[in-house]
Amino acid sequence: MSQIDEKGMKKENPMTERLVNGIVKENPTFVLMLGMCPTLAVTTSAINGLGMGLTTMVVLALSNVFISLLRGIIPDKVRIPAFIVIIASFVTMVELLLQGFIPFLYDALGIYIPLIVVNCIILGRAEAYAYKNPVIPSLFDGIGMGLGFSVALTCIGAVRELLGAGEIFGIHVMPESYVPVSIFIMAPGAFFVLATLTAIQNKVKIVGERKGKDMSKIQSGCNSDCMNCADTGCAKRLIDETKGEEGKNNA
Amino acid sequence: MLKELLVILIASSLVNNVVLSQFLGLCPFLGVSKKTETATGMGVAVIFVITLASAVAGAIYQFILVPFDIAYLQTIVFILVIAALVQFVEMFLKKFIPGLYQSLGVYLPLITTNCAVLGVALTNVQKNYGILTGVVNGFATAVGFTISIIILAGIREKLKYNDIPESFQGMPIVLVTAGLMAIAFCGFSGLL
Repeated sequence: MSQIDEKGMKKENPMTERLVNGIVKENPTFVLMLGMCPTLAVTTSAINGLGMGLTTMVVLALSNVFISLLRGIIPDKVRIPAFIVIIASFVTMVELLLQGFIPFLYDALGIYIPLIVVNCIILGRAEAYAYKNPVIPSLFDGIGMGLGFSVALTCIGAVRELLGAGEIFGIHVMPESYVPVSIFIMAPGAFFVLATLTAIQNKVKIVGERKGKDMSKIQSGCNSDCMNCADTGCAKRLIDETKGEEGKNNA
Repeated sequence: MLKELLVILIASSLVNNVVLSQFLGLCPFLGVSKKTETATGMGVAVIFVITLASAVAGAIYQFILVPFDIAYLQTIVFILVIAALVQFVEMFLKKFIPGLYQSLGVYLPLITTNCAVLGVALTNVQKNYGILTGVVNGFATAVGFTISIIILAGIREKLKYNDIPESFQGMPIVLVTAGLMAIAFCGFSGLL
């Protein structure tokens, strides 16, 4: 992944490249399939999806900046716990701010705000990008990925809201005769929408591979196997690290 | 009191099923559900860890965070405690109960990143549950996870022999199955 990034950066302005990369090329939801829990849970309406996406973006950008600033100071061995503490601190701050200033969003997102801590995307970006790169590109990487996540959540939310309530952003758009399929804003609808989305990805992947394009990025996140999710960023390294330390302690 | 606990037990395991209506722990739910055997192993490991984690997190919240007036640090404290706890459980099992470690050990590292564990700890605080109620809630949530992952694994074993459209092979059909299961679990909401 990093090799492709470096190639891309030589060609164009690194800031725009980072933004485009996050929103289009490596869109965390549509391409990589990362962070599925919040994707399914909060997309009952477009506004909730947008709120969750932007909240995640703020946390992602801030934690990327901080991790990038501290990349010379954090020892390699304890970097994952350090990342988690940094991310959790920002999540707590954002949570308190939302509670104070945007209470309706705080109520709508509920427990999924603190759960941003365990979102694969954030730890994944910290590990894959911010820990190895300077501050400004890391900031733009965070904003790009966050925007990509926001766009994806808003789209999914809009589709579910349109089918399930006949509205988009709370504005009635469907004709009067349309009977809302309310299952789409309930829990099962989330699974059906995601199933359709992954089916489309599969189709794109199959067609692309037939044409001989590199489609390895598609669904390289949590999708097919949990182990994959671990490989792309977070868990496996955490486990390896701690195991290594254990080994040392035992010795 | 007993009635209240029973209500929590049913509500958390069936009505508000952790995967099918809260979408927590989706990663292992989709990833480790290819065979009933492994699904059962994962389920048992999750029951074990979540029950233990909700007890420890509840105790820390009640006896450390609240008395020192630092309850706003709960997210940071819980995530660290859970990560440490899973590592500790793994080490403990490896050393003292190797038999159990052999059957559950593989699943334990996967649980560290399972958001259901943190989710339960936070729900317990949000709903003002005491330590005992919290443990019961954690246990029930984990049982709900186990039930749904075993059912899904059973369906997926049969699904293998079916002729599925090319683009729906793999994850999409599993998600459709999960959606249908979620509809079925909606029926439990009449229980309470």
